[in-house]
Amino acid sequence: MSAFDFASSPINQSLTPERKIELYTQMVRIRRFEQASMKQYAADKMGGFLHLYIGQESVAVGTLSLCGEHDHNITAYRCHAHALASGMSMDECMAEMFGKQTGCSKGKGGSMHFFAPDKNFWGGHGIVAGQTPLGLGLAYGLKYLEREGCCLCFLGDGAVNQGAFHESLNIASLFGIPVVYVIENNGYSMGTSQERSSAFNGCLAQRAEAYAIEWDVVDGSDIYEVRAKANIAMERARKEHKPTVLEIDTYRYYGHSVADANHKVYRTPEDIQAYKDNHDPINVFRNKLLEEGVLNEELINKINAAAKEETAAAVKFAEDSPAPTIADISTDVYWETDNDTEASKIGHHFFS
Amino acid sequence: MRTLTYREALREGLDEELAHDDNVVLMGEEVAEYNGAYKVTEGLWKKWGDKRIVDTPISEAGFIGMGIGASMLGVRPVMELMFWSFHSVAFDQLVNNAANVRYMSGGLCSCPIVVRGPANGGTNVGATHSHVPEGLFAAFPGLKVCSPATPADAKGLIKAAIRDNDPVYFMENTLLYGMEGEVPDLEDGDFVIPLGKAEVKKEGTDISLIAHGRSVIHCLEAAKILQEEHGINAEVLDLRSIRPLDVDAILASVAKTHRVVLVDESKPFGGVSAMVSQLIQEHAFDELDAPIKRVCAIDAPAIYSKHVENEQLPNPKRIVEKVLTIV
Repeated sequence: MSAFDFASSPINQSLTPERKIELYTQMVRIRRFEQASMKQYAADKMGGFLHLYIGQESVAVGTLSLCGEHDHNITAYRCHAHALASGMSMDECMAEMFGKQTGCSKGKGGSMHFFAPDKNFWGGHGIVAGQTPLGLGLAYGLKYLEREGCCLCFLGDGAVNQGAFHESLNIASLFGIPVVYVIENNGYSMGTSQERSSAFNGCLAQRAEAYAIEWDVVDGSDIYEVRAKANIAMERARKEHKPTVLEIDTYRYYGHSVADANHKVYRTPEDIQAYKDNHDPINVFRNKLLEEGVLNEELINKINAAAKEETAAAVKFAEDSPAPTIADISTDVYWETDNDTEASKIGHHFFS
Repeated sequence: MRTLTYREALREGLDEELAHDDNVVLMGEEVAEYNGAYKVTEGLWKKWGDKRIVDTPISEAGFIGMGIGASMLGVRPVMELMFWSFHSVAFDQLVNNAANVRYMSGGLCSCPIVVRGPANGGTNVGATHSHVPEGLFAAFPGLKVCSPATPADAKGLIKAAIRDNDPVYFMENTLLYGMEGEVPDLEDGDFVIPLGKAEVKKEGTDISLIAHGRSVIHCLEAAKILQEEHGINAEVLDLRSIRPLDVDAILASVAKTHRVVLVDESKPFGGVSAMVSQLIQEHAFDELDAPIKRVCAIDAPAIYSKHVENEQLPNPKRIVEKVLTIV
């Protein structure tokens, strides 16, 4: 547990009981969604990879709960929670994984590539750290267009060793870009532990010092701490146009992806059980809210049942939705051809 | 008509688009205070200031990715690669992000960027600095590629590229920057050349020389030699744009001359001329009176030595020799 009680920080003091219940509900919804995804994946309803977020819910929900209409976010391939916490529906997300026309990306992106620009959520990116210059660019764009707000750019602890991330940090500091890099440190770079993959002093976020960027480390099991520290970073970005690197310690219950058959080899069942008992962000928050008298068993059961019901409906929606057609393969390649502009009629854009 | 260098014409196009749209921003290494490594952007920083003309660190993945991210929000970045050869350090951004983001988002995102810079051999800088990746990038659906050969085309195409709502990779040539040519007068109105439109640079009846970029200049010289020394009247078709590609213009020229030599600075395996050759054999097979021939770079990494580099690349002599094998 944290030495400091972050429930008392002003950003958390301002939470109404209803809002607290909302945050708890979002975390539960994400977990139920991921559990259903895992089940459907096992039933061969979806292809490709499936990177589950179970155990990390406080990070997406805590940080994104601070976003106003001017704030944006972008993440890597473990993107389901960010999508749901940004306000996307379970239906469009599940249908995307089922490869259906009704998916958020019309079945063209899959599990790693959810998008909702209308909700300021810019994906869902498949290449480790490939999204880190894009997050920089979204924040640069806000500043260039003289808009308010900041961009949260999420990455895993494996991404900190990619060059693109370091190039982004340098430019963020040099240009004064309102970006907050959130390292979701689940301890494993796929199957390789942090100790075996990263050289660092103290912690990964401390690397930010080399670029004259503020940084902090956050206990991800406590959503209050996540919100308190992310709020400081986001205010710094919004008001001072300065970047921050936040490292949020969290834990991934399952493998890197469902295809990661070795995840029980590099972690013991005891490790996983100890985490579930003491650090699971949903359990920790539930206990706090029970203590605060915000939640009770009846409400908890109701929230759980509603999330299960919503998830089951999303699975049914995905199941019942039509698949893309062969003709759909050739749309959404060029803006000009999709919009049938004059430019699109000159020369051949496609070849056979 | 005025006479401008290729460099000046490009600069004029950039300057006009900076005036045309406040969201156009030029960024790259040395583009602002240093006035551009090849002086294409000379004077623009002084005129437009820090916000519109941005010097970046030597971080191609970082600043090109930044431009892609900003473009999704509505900024229209025009990013200079000091050499297109440096594409390799930004490849993930240029392909996985710029080419794919529209598709993977089911059309929800768009990426109106231009990446421009020189892409050519022939300057004795060795293999790392002599790549010609137009065929490489044209192979990715989602991207557009063009490669102007003259000052007028450079101006007209850069303006079209900046106004286009898809990512356009614009390949220039250091050996053309100083070349002069006629460019329409400013009072004649907004001069924009659409992407996807080839141009017959010289009419002819006996053989079609089809090329893009500096190879067009070589073809025009070769055509002169062919006429004067061999009585062969060659047509020179400048593709200008690689993707979208003016397939109709290619087929029309073949239907007229019935013989083709494709000239392309790429290496022979794949590349633009390989695709053009495929299109001709598929759609104009019956028009051909001889096999399609190509003049490409000799198939090895770009050699440094100035004694032989020009022989590795297409040149008028090699083009004439190739034409004589089929006429």
